Amino acid sequence: MIELNVQTIAFLIFAACILGGALGVVTTRNLIHATLYLVLSLFGAAGFFVLLSAPFMAAVQVLVYIGAIAILIVFAVMLTRSMTRLRDIYNRQWVMSAIAAGLLFVLLMVGVILPVWGVGGAQAGREVSEVVASTAELGTALVSPNQFVLPFEVASLLLTAAMIGAIVIARDDE
Amino acid sequence: MESVCSINNFVQCLLNLGIAPDLAQFINILLGVVLVAIVPLVTVIMLIYIERKVAARVQDRIGPNRVGPYGLLQSVADAVKLLTKEDITPLGADKFIYNLAPIIAFASVILVWAVIPFTPLHVGADLSIGVLYFMAVSSIGTVKVVVAGWSSNNKYALLGAFRTIAQLLSYEVPLVLALLIPVMLAGTMSMQGITIAQQGMWFIVMAPVAAVIFFIANLAEAGRAPFDLIEAESEIIAGYNIEYSGFKFGMFMAAEFIHAFTIAVLAAVIFLGGWSGPFVHEVPVLGFIYLGIKTFIIYLFSLVLRSTVPRVRIDQLMAFNWKFLVPISIINVLMTAFLLQVVRALGLAPDPAQATDFVANLPQAVILLLGNLVVIGIVLTMIRNTGRRQRLEDEARHAAALERELERVSAPAGD
Amino acid sequence: MVPLWMYLAVAAGLFCIGAYGVLSRRNAVAVLMGVELMLNAVNINLIAFWRYVSPLNMAGQAFTAFVFVVAAAEAAVGLAIIISVYRNRRSVIVEDVDLLKW
Repeated sequence: MIELNVQTIAFLIFAACILGGALGVVTTRNLIHATLYLVLSLFGAAGFFVLLSAPFMAAVQVLVYIGAIAILIVFAVMLTRSMTRLRDIYNRQWVMSAIAAGLLFVLLMVGVILPVWGVGGAQAGREVSEVVASTAELGTALVSPNQFVLPFEVASLLLTAAMIGAIVIARDDE
Repeated sequence: MESVCSINNFVQCLLNLGIAPDLAQFINILLGVVLVAIVPLVTVIMLIYIERKVAARVQDRIGPNRVGPYGLLQSVADAVKLLTKEDITPLGADKFIYNLAPIIAFASVILVWAVIPFTPLHVGADLSIGVLYFMAVSSIGTVKVVVAGWSSNNKYALLGAFRTIAQLLSYEVPLVLALLIPVMLAGTMSMQGITIAQQGMWFIVMAPVAAVIFFIANLAEAGRAPFDLIEAESEIIAGYNIEYSGFKFGMFMAAEFIHAFTIAVLAAVIFLGGWSGPFVHEVPVLGFIYLGIKTFIIYLFSLVLRSTVPRVRIDQLMAFNWKFLVPISIINVLMTAFLLQVVRALGLAPDPAQATDFVANLPQAVILLLGNLVVIGIVLTMIRNTGRRQRLEDEARHAAALERELERVSAPAGD
Repeated sequence: MVPLWMYLAVAAGLFCIGAYGVLSRRNAVAVLMGVELMLNAVNINLIAFWRYVSPLNMAGQAFTAFVFVVAAAEAAVGLAIIISVYRNRRSVIVEDVDLLKW
C-alpha cells in the first residue's frame, strides 16, 4: 500500500513524536515534564513541515514555539510552583472528556478524512504538484497589497497589543 | 564516467556498487553529518589550548607549557581528567532530564554547523532558510538552560537559569535585527547565497553597524566575556550548571567553547565573505583556508576581549540590551532598507551580471557605508553627552557633599 | 510521498488529545498547553492541505503564519492572566477561579 522509503520512515518517527508528546502533555503529573513533552510534540510538527516542503514554517515553529512559548510556559510553571504537583490532575469530567475526544477522533476519521481523502476516497486520486512556492514568494505574498498586507499589519498590531496587555496584567501593583 | 571515487561523486559511486538509491542517499547524508559534526569536535581541543595561551599572554603569564611540546597536549590531559572525575547526580534531581540537558546543550551548537558553507562545493546542507535555521537552532539553547537549572534541584542553579534565560532571550532581539541586514543585502537567507553575494564587496563594509551588533549579541548568546554571567563564579556560584560534574560538566564546557568558535565562523561567513578569496573557484579547497583565516581573526579578537574587559552586572547587561542595542538595531534596519531603496531608485545597484565586480559594487557600498557612519556618529555623540551629563551630576553631588562636610566641621561644636 | 490522509489523521489525533487536555486538566497552565496542541494540529492541517491541494497559492502558509502570531499572543496574555490569578488567589486550579460564578 505505502512504500517504505526514507520519507515514510521520517513521517512515522515524527508522527510518533507528535502523538507521544501530546499524550505525555495531557497525562503527566509533573508540569515541567509536560512542557518537555510539549516541546517534543512541537518538534515533531516542525519535522512535518519540513516533509511538507515548508522549511520556513519549520524554522519559525522551532523559533517561536520551542524558543519562546515553551520557555514562557516553563516560567509560568516555576512561578506557580506550589501547583506543580497536584494530587488530582484531572477534574471530575475527565471520563466524559476522554469519551468526547475519542468520539471526535472517530467521527473525524470515519466521517471526513477516510471517505474524502482516504484510499479510494473522493479526493484521493488528485495529482500532487511537484512545483512548490518558495519562501521568497511567501514573503512577497505577506506584503503585497492585493494579498495579505492588511492581515499582516493587523497581526503586528495584535502582537503589540498582546505584549502591552501581558505586561500590564502580570505586573505587580505598586 | 569517472571511475575514481571522491566526495563529489560519492552517491554515484555507491550506486555503481549496486546499492539501492535510497540507501546510497542515506549513507551519503550520514557520512556528511558525521564529517560536519566532527570538525567542531576536533577543533575544540585546539581552541581551549589557544584560548588559554592567549589569555596567558594578555595577562603576562606563560600559560600551559608542561604536557607535550609547548603544552600542546594540555587540553587532552584536561579532558582525560574530566572523564575520570566522579559523575554525581544530586539526590533530588530529576534524573532523565538532568542527563538530557548536556546533550541538548551540545546538539544546539553542533547543529549550526550543518548550514555553514566551507567552500563553493562543500556545505552540509544549503538550506534556503539558512539564517533562520541558525536562529531556530540556537534558540534551542534556552531549553538546555531551563532543563539543567530546574532538574538539578538546587536554588542557585534555578536562579542562575532564570538570569541566563533572561539574557539569552533578550539578546535574540538585536541578533535577529542585525541578521536582517545581510539578508536584505543578499536577497536570500541561504548561507551559501550570502557568501556568493559578497564576492564583490564584503558586507562588513556595507553594514559595519550590523556586524558589530551581531558580534556583541552573539557574544552574549554564547555567554562569553564580558557577558559571561552564565559562569560568574563570584556571584551565584556558577549558574545553571553548578551541580554537574565530570563528563557532563565537560560537555557543557565544550559546548560553550564550540559556541564561541561557531559565532566566529558565522561572523566570517555572513560579514567577511566566507570562503571567497583569490582562485577559490579554480581550487575549491582554498575556501577552507580563507574561511579558517577569517574565522581565526574574529576568534582572536573575542579572546583578547575576553581577557581585557571586566564582566558586566546583570542590570547593566539588560539595560545595555534594551536601552542601547535594540533601538540602534531598529534604526539600523530602517536606515538600511531606506538606503537600499534609494540606491535602487537611483540605478546605482550593481547589475546582477557583474555582481562579483568590485567597482560595480562601489556606489552602493559607499552610500550604505555613509549611512552607517552617520548612525555611528549619532550614537557616539549621544554616548558622549550622556557620559558628560552624568559626570557633571556626579561632580555637583560631590561638591555639595564636600560643602556640607565643611560647614559641619567649621560650625561651633556646642550649641 | 506519504498520502494526505495520514497527515490529516495525525493532526486529528493531535487535536483530540489537545481537546481532552483542555477539558480534563485542572491546572490552568496544563489547559493552556492543550490549547497549544490544538493550534498545532490546525497548523499541520493547513500546511498539509497547502502542499497537497494548492502549493502555488500562498494562502495556506500565510494563514499558518497568522496562527503563529495568534498562538504567541495567546500564550503571552494567557500566562500573564494565570500569574495574575495565582498572585491574587494563590491557586491556578481552574475550578478555584469562580468569583464570577453565582
